Amino acid sequence: MAERRLQGVMAATGIAVGPIWSAERNVAPRPAADALDAETELERLRTAMADAAASLGSLGADGGMGAEILDFQTEMLADPALLEEVLPAIAVGRAAAAAWSAALDDQIAGFRAADDDYFRARADDLVDLRDRVLDALGGGVRRVDEAPPRAIVTARDLTPSRFLEADWDRLGGLALGAGSRQSHVAMLARARGVPMVVGLGDAPTSGPAALDADGGALIVDPEPATLEAFEQRRAVLDERAAAAKAALAGPALTAKGERIQCLLNLDHADAVADEVLDGADGVGLWRTEFLFLDRPTLPTEDEQAAAYGALTERLDGRPVVVRTLDVGGDKSLPGVTIPEEGNPFLGLRGLRLCLERPELFRPQLRALLRAAAVGPLQIMLPMVTVPAEVVEARALLEDCLTELRATRTAAAMPSVGMMVETPASAIGIERFPVDFVSIGSNDLTQYVMAAARDAGGRVGRLADPLDPAVLHLIGKVVADARHLGLPVSLCGDMAADPIAAMRLLDLGMTRLSVGPAALGQLKLTVADHGR
Amino acid sequence: MSDATASVTIRHPVGLHARPAVKFTKLAKTFDAAIKVRGAPDGAWVDAKSIVKVMALKLRTGAVLELVADGDGATAAVTALGALVERDFDDDG
Repeated sequence: MAERRLQGVMAATGIAVGPIWSAERNVAPRPAADALDAETELERLRTAMADAAASLGSLGADGGMGAEILDFQTEMLADPALLEEVLPAIAVGRAAAAAWSAALDDQIAGFRAADDDYFRARADDLVDLRDRVLDALGGGVRRVDEAPPRAIVTARDLTPSRFLEADWDRLGGLALGAGSRQSHVAMLARARGVPMVVGLGDAPTSGPAALDADGGALIVDPEPATLEAFEQRRAVLDERAAAAKAALAGPALTAKGERIQCLLNLDHADAVADEVLDGADGVGLWRTEFLFLDRPTLPTEDEQAAAYGALTERLDGRPVVVRTLDVGGDKSLPGVTIPEEGNPFLGLRGLRLCLERPELFRPQLRALLRAAAVGPLQIMLPMVTVPAEVVEARALLEDCLTELRATRTAAAMPSVGMMVETPASAIGIERFPVDFVSIGSNDLTQYVMAAARDAGGRVGRLADPLDPAVLHLIGKVVADARHLGLPVSLCGDMAADPIAAMRLLDLGMTRLSVGPAALGQLKLTVADHGR
Repeated sequence: MSDATASVTIRHPVGLHARPAVKFTKLAKTFDAAIKVRGAPDGAWVDAKSIVKVMALKLRTGAVLELVADGDGATAAVTALGALVERDFDDDG
């Protein structure tokens, strides 16, 4: 059989070869030869819905699921209008599972078609509800940890909770028909180093396959020559991975003995291996967006304070730089970002959006001030363009601190720094009232080169962080920061590329922040510098 | 038999989404009166006690919610539901 190549987009780097294992739930249609007894099927469905409601109740008891999602699903199950949608199909002899699936799929399609991100996101809650009842009907739960060794797990999409069911060290990778590289699951895959592609259009359910996440492709029924090429690539990658892993422990010193701070870019701290967290000099960029994704409501101040405090404690004295909510641009947050902004990357994103939405920003700032009482947490503001924005954010912080002190809540004012992503900020960092700066090389590159970072072809080639114009500006920021006595780091994808990291060290950069999967390699690069 | 009506504008930034809708239908169910709701002058009236129907309205911020109730406690029902919407569904998030 000729091999078949499905093209999507890389969500997490790596390659894998193994059998395809579908994580889709299997709703096996019951034999349709005879119409089923409507009374019996209705009773089965009622029982399954009651079981599902009970299982929701138990999830609530141990806090395994957001209370709002739970309330919503419970209320849906209790609504006679939902059952009414299923009745006609059961009355004509369809199986309970099929009738239920069809009715819920209609509802799900209705939400997916909504013109509002917020309502679109509710579709996932209904998928969860549909599957919960199907499970109760004996529809066959396929836990991801049932996948065979080295399996390439496929699905239309996968929820974070299902991703976390499996020990991914045992498995090959993840290939999704839909999905997004900005999704919660993609963040988890990057943190765990699981090769992952999204947007394949199709999610094949069986057959041998080769996953080329770097190329954004899934190759089904690969030919011997393809497999051989993969084996060679994998041998090289495995060797590098082993060397990188061995380099994790211990301080990063250049060949000349200069100490380089190797920091982590984090989303989900839970998904990061202890040896990686322990090998880092701190957290150089903690993206807080994951706290806001995949949920029906915004996280509360208490919830945020607990999360920020927990990681700060976990790092035990090492610095944790927390970036305030950075949505807009390519990262939409239903109900918060503007749905169809004309030019989102030049629009209301990052700090601009937060300053516009104090009801969103203040709880985060208050939570950060509270967590700063726990340990060396630092606050970093994204997408700063003019000094007045930093002044405004600092005034808000002062205001929040006064409020917290008035209620005798433990809080402290931490260092406040900014990402350097816009050319306007890079050109004159001395004008900004900040305690540190960190270069966001992805955005800085796209704004300097006027080329979208995810674009392909001619435009994509322009978005090169190693272009002399970008390097010149980075060099200027490093030199200016040193002159001003400001700590400067770089936390974009650039530092994860050994060649680019070498250039950054050449420019005098002494603090680099990379994703968990790249930390070991960064330490190897540092050790090679000046050799 | 009594009936009552009310009209209220949704101010909650993300509209009548999951959490507010749950609060809304739960409150509606505490009344014996039949309560209907619609989100546009030419829209269909739906059962205010049904989360399926209320969510299907996909009401966003700025939408004007019309309520009509019929039966025992009709006036109290539309008053309470209207007030819930005006209080932004007591949303603390």
